[in-house]
Amino acid sequence: MLGLLFITFIIGRVMPVDPVLSIVGESASKETYDAAYKAIGLDKPLIVQFATYIWDVITGDFGVSLLNARPVADDIKRVFPATLELATLGTLIGVFVGVPLGVIAAVKRGSWIDQIARVLALVGYSMPIFWLGLVSLLIFYGILGWVGGPGRVGIFYVDIVPEVTGMILVDSLLDRNWDVFRDALSHIILPALLLGYYSLAYISRMTRSFMLEQLSSEYITTARVKGLSERAVIWRHALGNIKVQLITVIALSYAGLLEGSVLTEIIFAWPGIGSYITTALLSADMNAVMGGTVVVGLVFVCLNIFSDLLYKYFDPRAK
Amino acid sequence: MSQSEAQKQTLREWLLTDTPQSRHQARMVALYQGWLSFSTNTMAMFGLGILICLGLVALFAPLISPHDPFAQELGNRLQPLWSEGHVFGTDSLGRDILSRLIYGSRITLYIVALVALIAPVAGLLVGTVAGYSGGWLDVILMRITDIFLAFPRLVLALAFVAALGAGIENAVLAISLTAWPPYARIARAETLTIRNSDYISAVKLQGAGATRIVTKHIWPLCISSLIVRVTLDMAGIILAAAGLGFLGLGAQPPSPEWGAMISEGRRFILDHWWVATIPGLAIFTVSLAFNLLGDGLRDVLDPKDGGS
Repeated sequence: MLGLLFITFIIGRVMPVDPVLSIVGESASKETYDAAYKAIGLDKPLIVQFATYIWDVITGDFGVSLLNARPVADDIKRVFPATLELATLGTLIGVFVGVPLGVIAAVKRGSWIDQIARVLALVGYSMPIFWLGLVSLLIFYGILGWVGGPGRVGIFYVDIVPEVTGMILVDSLLDRNWDVFRDALSHIILPALLLGYYSLAYISRMTRSFMLEQLSSEYITTARVKGLSERAVIWRHALGNIKVQLITVIALSYAGLLEGSVLTEIIFAWPGIGSYITTALLSADMNAVMGGTVVVGLVFVCLNIFSDLLYKYFDPRAK
Repeated sequence: MSQSEAQKQTLREWLLTDTPQSRHQARMVALYQGWLSFSTNTMAMFGLGILICLGLVALFAPLISPHDPFAQELGNRLQPLWSEGHVFGTDSLGRDILSRLIYGSRITLYIVALVALIAPVAGLLVGTVAGYSGGWLDVILMRITDIFLAFPRLVLALAFVAALGAGIENAVLAISLTAWPPYARIARAETLTIRNSDYISAVKLQGAGATRIVTKHIWPLCISSLIVRVTLDMAGIILAAAGLGFLGLGAQPPSPEWGAMISEGRRFILDHWWVATIPGLAIFTVSLAFNLLGDGLRDVLDPKDGGS
C-alpha cells in the first residue's frame, strides 16, 4: 500500500511538467515563482514531501484539479459509482454465463460446446476492446437502433431521479421510476455485455481447467460409484470444491474490469473513473491523474485482500 | 535427385539419432523433435504462418504498398472499399488505408519486439538475482515486484506515459515497466527450484562464482518458460500499444499506427465504417496469431500444464 503511494509520488515528481510553472504561468517574476515554490512545499526534503503526500491521501485530500479548481476527491466520488455500476453488471454477466459454460465445457470435453467456449475465449483474448466497442455501437445503435447510444441516460432523463447511490439503475429502482430505469438499462447494456464478454472469456477458461482437475480425482469416481446422479456429482461436489479458486478468479476479473473499463468508458462516453483519468491526462491535470490512479490501485488492493478473506472463510484448511 | 534425397535422409537421421555424437548435435536433435511435435499443431502453425507473413510485409513495406502512406489526396477522401486504386478505401485525408496498414505493421512489430526484449530480460535479472541471493535482497526485490503487480496495468502505463510524454519510445517504456513483474515471479520460482540441485553444488565445488552460476547455469533453464510466457503476452502487448495509440498517447500522427488509425476513423464510424474497422481487424489478426502460437509453444515446451 505504501509502495503504491510511493510510485505515484515518484511519477508525480519526475514528470517533466513543472508544477510551479503551471500555477503561476510563464511570465511570472522570480519572486512569485519562489513564493509558489515554497507554498506547495517543494523546498522541503523529499522524505518530508512524501510524508505530507501520504497524510493528504489518508485524509482523503488529493489536491485540487488544475482544470476546474474543484477538489479531486469530490470529482472521484462523483464518477466512481458509474464505473462501479458498469463493472458490477459486467462481472455478473461474466459469472453467470462464464461459470456454467466452463463447467459444461469441462464435462463434455472435446464436444462442440467445448470448441465454442475455446473459440470464444481465444477471440476474447485477441480482440481490442475499444474496437469491438466501436463496431458493436455501430451495429446495434447506429444501424439497428436496438440500444441507447453513448452516455448513461438519454438527455431527457438526466437528473430526474434523486441521487442516493450514484448508480442510476439502483437509484431509479429505489425511486420506482421505470422510464428512467428502462432508458438507463438500454444505455448500460451494450458496454456491460462487452465487459461481460471479456470477463466471460477469462472466467470460463479458468473454470474449465479447475473442473478438469477435479473431475479426474478419485472422490468423483467414489461419488459416481455411490450412485449419485451426474448432476449432483458435477454441480454439487466438483463445483463446490473449486468455489474457493473461482472466487479468486472472479475477484481478479472484477478488479480487471474496474481498470480495463478505461477504454470502454471512452468509447461509450461513460462518465466513470476511466474517462476521468484520461481526460485529466490529456489536459495535463496531474493531481487528478494521480488521485484517480491511487483510487484505482487502492480498489485493486482491497479486492485482493477481500478475496483472501473469503478464501479463509470458505476453505477450512486455510484457517 | 537420388543423391539429394539420400542427403536429406541422412540429415533427418542425423537429427533424429538416439546417440548424438556432439553437444551441437544433441541440441539440434532436441530442437528438431520439438519442431516435429510443434508442427503437428495446425492452429499454432497457422499462427506462425500469419506472423511470418506479417514480418515479410513489414520488411518489404516500401515494395508492396501501392501508395505512399503519407500522401494526402483531399479530393479523394473517404473512398469506400474496393474503390479504384484503393482496395481498403481512403481515410479522412485521402490517404490509402492499405498502404498505411502495411507501414503500420512495422510500428506494431517494433513495439512488440522492443517490449519483448526489455520486459523479460528485466524480469529475468530481478527474478534470478532475488531467487539466488535470498535474504533481504530477495525480500526487497519481491516487494517491489508485488507493488507493480498490484497496480492495474493500463492505468499504470497511462500514468507513466503522462509523466514521460506521449510517443512510441515512451509507450514502449511504459508497457515494459508494467510487463516485467510476472517474468520476475516466474524466474524466481525457477531459480528457487534449481538453486539447491546437485549439479549446482557440483559447479560450486569446481569453484564457479555466483555470477557464473546465475548466467551460465540458471538463465538457460529459465528461458523456455519465459519464452512461452512472452509469446502469450505478445497479444496483450499489442492490445496495450494499440490502446495507448487509440488514446493518442502512443505513436503520434501522422504515423500509421493501427490504434491511432482507429481513433482517427472513429469520428466517421456511422457513415464510413471501414476507416476504423479495417485497422481493428489487423490488430485482431495479429494478436490472434500470437495467441495461437503461444498455445502451441506451451504444449511443446511446457508439457506439464499444457494440453488445455
